[in-house]
Amino acid sequence: MPVITLTIDEALVSARVGQTVLEACRDEGISIPTLCHLDGISARGGCRLCLVEVAGSNRLLPACTTLAAEGMQVSTRSDRIDRYRRMILELSFAERNHQCAVCVSNQNCELQALAAELGMEQVRYDYLDPDLSMDLSHERFGIDHNRCVLCLRCVRVCDEVEGAHTWDVKARGIESQVITDLNQPWGESLSCTSCGKCVDACPTGALFTRGATVAEMHKDAGFLRRILDGREKRQWRR
Amino acid sequence: MQESSPNKSRPRLATVWLGGCSGCHMSFLDLDEAIIDLLQEVDLVYGPLVDTKEYPEQVDICLVEGAVTNLDNLKLIRQIRRSTRLVLSFGDCALTGNVTSMRNRIPVEDLLTAVYHEASSPIGAEAVEAVPALLPRVLPVHQVVRVDAVLPGCPPDVDRIAATLSALLDGQTVKLEPRMRTFG
Ligand code: SF4
Ligand code: SF4
Ligand code: SF4
Ligand code: FES
Repeated sequence: MPVITLTIDEALVSARVGQTVLEACRDEGISIPTLCHLDGISARGGCRLCLVEVAGSNRLLPACTTLAAEGMQVSTRSDRIDRYRRMILELSFAERNHQCAVCVSNQNCELQALAAELGMEQVRYDYLDPDLSMDLSHERFGIDHNRCVLCLRCVRVCDEVEGAHTWDVKARGIESQVITDLNQPWGESLSCTSCGKCVDACPTGALFTRGATVAEMHKDAGFLRRILDGREKRQWRR
Repeated sequence: MQESSPNKSRPRLATVWLGGCSGCHMSFLDLDEAIIDLLQEVDLVYGPLVDTKEYPEQVDICLVEGAVTNLDNLKLIRQIRRSTRLVLSFGDCALTGNVTSMRNRIPVEDLLTAVYHEASSPIGAEAVEAVPALLPRVLPVHQVVRVDAVLPGCPPDVDRIAATLSALLDGQTVKLEPRMRTFG
């Protein structure tokens, strides 16, 4: 397997050709915060929390969609990176309605944990307080758009792993919303198999099991690795 | 900003309850016997637990529970800022608006109609005359006045309160570890 050598945080490391900067870092035990990334589905580069500095580029680059290259010099931590990551988190909290105290995912939420971990103290932007809805038409699951961060993990896992492609996105920019089928109530979806993959893949309290109340929604994104290993490594073959 | 007078022996502590549910104050009381030690170190000069009507001058530390929701809150928080050395957002409502801010997506007029005008006794339309005028939007404290430190949580648990107060009383900047910084 062709191997390349690059520098990450001033240490020389080797990576395989085709690996992303994120994968190369994780192989080295260097942690990079991510939100839209989920091991096992395609990379999206949407949330921008995994931004790193690459020598020769003025822009910060997302580690999850940037391929590692021979001789590349990467810094994963700097004041500038920290500042932008906090800014991104603040914008996420300002954009929709996140009242953690009354959220199903309270204390089990990737967004909440990232804010604490990365030292986001308060949101310097005006909260937009959009008037957003919930859809409780599915007999087992619900979606609360107030908590959605548009990471599109649900869209990708439903399409790429379950093969149903129930989820998609309507509108653009700040108006974007995830939808089921052609913007029909989830409960009327003909494509949804009720497998629950999207619920477990969702990093926030946006997708939940019906009946879960405050702080009761525990998710397990690790399910994906288990399914994919079962398929790819044929662990399920008799 | 007002400096505390040099010859004063004990820091003057105030606690204030704006638009919140008093849960943060309950958590404060939950310090249990540690409150006795605390009160030996500070003078509690104002708050729901103290019978003082006017916010005093020269307060060293003020814990502000709740968001700024009405004209009374607005007046008080400005007064607090003028008279206090260290203002602390105490709990999620002060810090983010939290549950208190869930009304922000509803126009104030519609809100008053639903809650008061169309409600049956004992909270009928006459109550609107008695309550302070609501601001169009609930605001976290730092969007109204400068805030010196934050203490997240709904309510912040006792460990967080103790760690924050002891840092402030030692004259240090508050630096809580990540598990003590979560909202909710
Ligand atoms: S989704 Fe996460 S960040 Fe948003 S309210 Fe729920 S717990 Fe808080
Ligand atoms: S439950 Fe399964 S099929 Fe239905 S939307 Fe979610 S991932 Fe897709
Ligand atoms: S519903 Fe959940 S998984 Fe889907 S985009 Fe929103 S936050 Fe991401
Ligand atoms: S994890 Fe890389 S952009 Fe979201």
